[in-house]
Amino acid sequence: MDQTELTQIAPERPDDIKAVPVRRPGRWLGAFIVLVIAASIVRAVVTNKNFGWSVVGQYLFDHRIISGAIAVLYMTALAMVVGVILGTILAIMRLSPNPVLKTASWLYIWFFRGTPLLVQFVFWFNIKALFPHIDLGVPFGPSFIHADPNSVITVFGAAFLALSTNEGAYMAEVVRAGIISVPEGQSEAAASLGLNRLQIMRKVVLPQAMRVILPPTGNETISMLKNISIASVIGFAELYYQASDIYAQNYETIPLLIVASIWYLALTSIAYVGQYFLERKVGQGFSRSQQATMKERWLSLGAGGGGGLR
Amino acid sequence: MSDVMVKAEGVHKRFGANEVLKGITLTVDRGEVMCLLGPSGSGKSTFLRCINHLEKINSGRLSVDGELVGYREANGKLYELHERVVAQKRQEIGMVFQSFNLFPHMTALQNVTLAPTLVRRRGREEAERRACELLDRVGLKDKYHAHPVALSGGQQQRVAIARALAMDPKLMLFDEPTSALDPELVGEVLDVMRDLARSGMTMVVVTHEIGFAREVADTVVFMDGGVVVEAGSPAEVLGAPKHERTRSFLSKVL
Ligand SMILES: Nc1ncnc2c1ncn2[C@@H]1O[C@H](COP(=O)(O)OP(=O)(O)O)[C@@H](O)[C@H]1O
Ligand SMILES: [Mg+2]
Repeated sequence: MDQTELTQIAPERPDDIKAVPVRRPGRWLGAFIVLVIAASIVRAVVTNKNFGWSVVGQYLFDHRIISGAIAVLYMTALAMVVGVILGTILAIMRLSPNPVLKTASWLYIWFFRGTPLLVQFVFWFNIKALFPHIDLGVPFGPSFIHADPNSVITVFGAAFLALSTNEGAYMAEVVRAGIISVPEGQSEAAASLGLNRLQIMRKVVLPQAMRVILPPTGNETISMLKNISIASVIGFAELYYQASDIYAQNYETIPLLIVASIWYLALTSIAYVGQYFLERKVGQGFSRSQQATMKERWLSLGAGGGGGLR
Repeated sequence: MSDVMVKAEGVHKRFGANEVLKGITLTVDRGEVMCLLGPSGSGKSTFLRCINHLEKINSGRLSVDGELVGYREANGKLYELHERVVAQKRQEIGMVFQSFNLFPHMTALQNVTLAPTLVRRRGREEAERRACELLDRVGLKDKYHAHPVALSGGQQQRVAIARALAMDPKLMLFDEPTSALDPELVGEVLDVMRDLARSGMTMVVVTHEIGFAREVADTVVFMDGGVVVEAGSPAEVLGAPKHERTRSFLSKVL
């Protein structure tokens, strides 16, 4: 049944083609111009005294800065996990045939995407003014859990609630885009095998949707890393808060912002690496050709290149 | 146990105002191979999908193996079946699609073992042993660990058949299984289906492969405009069609 007779045609295997690659002077010229510009920017930055590089070095590993960076990383991880779970639930609700679930999800997304994150931080922080007592129980009926908002709504708690509820709204749209990108034939094939709706979602739709969901989730993670700095308004001791606290005393504003920026860049780089490996994992089975590796891409600068896939 | 596998009586199906099935009446016996022919848009796919309850019928009666599709009848009243029960019934009906619809993120073997392990709760080892047998049977001994992208259309469709067979269905539905294939790959899929028919499987096959219908089908049904125009043995419907519409259709596809 399979084609195995092909081998008879070529009795001798000819040598591989050894051709002179096409010369690409344009590429070299372009690269040269960019390098010259980059070098002059670096020179300007390094030699300018106002940047205060010695102060940067002095505070780069200051324990307050480090604790701020850890707070950012920790909060991002926590709020992102909750945001993704919340977003997935909201996306499934939004796509469900139940009009109540659909509308509830729509309203949630509308509200949290439509108001500034800054306002949401302050709102959660001041929630005790709205609800002096927290009671959980039957609506209009007896309540089972009583709590003092002051013990729940700490600075950390308010920042976490604001970030994760806000992220849930954004992730809901990301996950929904992923789900509707999976062809309907996939769900039908799974249904015809007897899988129920939950099984179809978990085993067939979501794994394929991940390919579409991951890149914008990387974006979301990076946004969140930086948006946490807004939580400084309610006094959350994250990276920017710590840096500004220090320059409020020593007036070295620029060097400390550079310190903070270096750490933000380092943290976002971690997100890049995570995204790269996750994308490779969920991309399995979707492409015939292996994607070009970093090394191959750099080599193609000089060599013929240009052809082939990607 | 009755000898009738599929029984349709006056089945109607509408999409909005568009009436696609206008009273389909036919029976498929256990072990029978029925080929459904008809021009594009005549409602063949819709009818197959109704049998599997991927579409809900609007009126008439449709039953598989003596049980109504999608409903339960008690005291002269129809009760809609719970989604869970519908899913259970679908386990017993295999379906093969024109566009294969293999799960691209899984290997051939994983495609075949998914439903048996998840739905039937069979052990992994047992499910894999059986999946290998089925993949061998459809001629894919060396493709267990290939993802669908790495397979030709004909190979993908054979995996899809193995995937459906892994649930031990009592009925197999084929919706133009070879229409998306390059001509030289059609034969390998038809070979598998021919073997399956010989093994006694009850099959309803929508196809434009007249040669296959002539050779394998017990009954050939010609549909047009949502009704059955003509039904009978291949010799009757294909050899000596009574209706003008059948004749003109056959002259176009032959
Ligand atoms: N989900 C749907 N919604 C609306 N119309 C549909 C749907 N599925 C099929 N139809 C219509 O039903 C008619 C018959 O379609 P189909 O059963 O696919 O025909 P066939 O398989 O014989 O080519 C077509 O006119 C098609 O547009
Ligand atoms: Mg069709």
